[in-house]
Amino acid sequence: MLELNNIYKSFNVGTIDEKILFQNFNLNVKNGEFVAIVGSNGSGKTTALNIVSGDVKPDSGSVLLDGKNITKQKNYQRAAKIARVFQNPSMGTSPSMTIMENMSLADNKGKRYDLTKGLNTKRRDFYRSQLELLGMGLENRMETQTGALSGGQRQALALIMATMKTPTLLLLDEHTAALDPKSSDIVMTLTEKVVKEKNITTLMVTHNLRYAVEYGTRAIMMHEGGIVLDISGEKKKQQSINDYLKIFNEISIECGN
Amino acid sequence: MPILIGILEQGAIYGIMALGIYISYKILNFPDLTVDGTFPLGAAISAALVTRGVNPWVCLLCAIIAGALAGSITGILHIKCKIKDLLSGILVMTGLYSINYRIVGMPNMFLMQKPTIFGGIRFPKALFPFRYIIVLFVIVLFVKILLDLYLRTKSGFLLKSVGDNEGLVVTLGKNPGTVKIIGLSIANALVSLSGALYCQRAMQFDISSGTGTMVMGLAAVIIGTTLFRKIRFMNVTTGVILGMIIYKACITAAISSGLRSSDTKLVVTVLFLLTMLLNSVMNKSEGGRKNA
Ligand SMILES: Nc1ncnc2c1ncn2[C@@H]1O[C@H](COP(=O)(O)OP(=O)(O)O)[C@@H](O)[C@H]1O
Ligand SMILES: [Mg+2]
Repeated sequence: MLELNNIYKSFNVGTIDEKILFQNFNLNVKNGEFVAIVGSNGSGKTTALNIVSGDVKPDSGSVLLDGKNITKQKNYQRAAKIARVFQNPSMGTSPSMTIMENMSLADNKGKRYDLTKGLNTKRRDFYRSQLELLGMGLENRMETQTGALSGGQRQALALIMATMKTPTLLLLDEHTAALDPKSSDIVMTLTEKVVKEKNITTLMVTHNLRYAVEYGTRAIMMHEGGIVLDISGEKKKQQSINDYLKIFNEISIECGN
Repeated sequence: MPILIGILEQGAIYGIMALGIYISYKILNFPDLTVDGTFPLGAAISAALVTRGVNPWVCLLCAIIAGALAGSITGILHIKCKIKDLLSGILVMTGLYSINYRIVGMPNMFLMQKPTIFGGIRFPKALFPFRYIIVLFVIVLFVKILLDLYLRTKSGFLLKSVGDNEGLVVTLGKNPGTVKIIGLSIANALVSLSGALYCQRAMQFDISSGTGTMVMGLAAVIIGTTLFRKIRFMNVTTGVILGMIIYKACITAAISSGLRSSDTKLVVTVLFLLTMLLNSVMNKSEGGRKNA
């Protein structure tokens, strides 16, 4: 359903800062897969997601979604099918607007943003029920500006908003990295639940190896713009944190550090 | 009494301008200097059309359209040509100077006995001295309510979120650039309307009447949003208009205390700095309480 074919990407070409990241990078994700992506800093995880979302243009190569070549589409055009939650909790909501306003905004995705009423009061009960599931007490704070919420609360809200209109593909880029361990676990549990219930194909970059072990149907490890490990199914289930760490260490030794 | 009415009249006229700055500066986070050109643009169109016998209300409408056009050009320069926000505004403002001159054909002009929006309405004798302020307040109220209503629509929600978090608009599948261009059009339409009203009230056009528009509007927005933040039931837009009235009162007080009218621009600057000071003091005391 998602194909990255022969992707090449370099930054700052022709300067001393030149960085050749992807050379013939390929990735094929099947419908319904929940892919956990791990890898060292600078291995290209974020750039790979940005190429999928259209925030970064590859030098060459193609991106296919549901068999359709979307390489030339702009980020906001791709957003019709692709949803995204970022590492920074403030990027998923509009801070000066209330929870209710934010949810109404997200609920209207795919439709026109015209001169009809912005607040979707008819769906208030539905929004409330969604918030109740979080167990964060947000259902009683629907008139609060999201800028006043904690990182964990905002991230949980961002996830609900991103998946309110079921996307074809969900991109999560270290979406729990900025949170304390407890909020991090809450958001991760919510992620698993939403992804399973709505059967959304998902790419999740995570810094947390435990999450890569516990969640997802497929795990990918990246290193210096390449994929060094790609396991799924039974094989993934048997992989332990130590197995991941071993590969990590081997890679580091190869690099000589 | 006449002084008070003068302040209220000015507050109403320039309050509409401040609402425009509220959209560009506060909502869109865009320091838009186009306004120094769109205020006299509205005045120029009003002057040129009124003297040619066009219905004064139609003149206002034309000013609104022209202002929207100027705002969208600034937006297009910024979004499509990737020119910095400040520079885009300055470019359009500079260009408008010549355009405004062309529209009127001279640097200043008096409307003499031409009919304006204030002349067309019959007032009872008792209210006649207040005819300007009544008409202006009805207009400013109408604009304010219209803007409030717009900000509650889906389109208005998108406008608010684009200044807040552009990335969110992208994830909603909308082009944030387009939303910004629309926002700048609305902002400059209001500023141009304000200029057109000023022209019909003062019965004159002056090519340099736009100098300092941005600074004046910004001061009113900051006064309005900081001073009245605590009052729950009051809309921000009401605060902005009241902010402009307070601002005009301060200017009037400064001038009547013996300064010359040529000192106004300096007073404007000092007042602006005082407002910023007030803003940071209020923010600090609030932040302190939050942290405590
Ligand atoms: N806009 C950019 N300009 C220059 N270099 C970049 C840019 N984006 C990413 N890079 C480089 O590409 C490499 C991969 O970055 P990134 O995809 O953010 O890695 P990861 O998310 O795996 O930590 C890094 O070396 C980074 O410095
Ligand atoms: Mg990253």
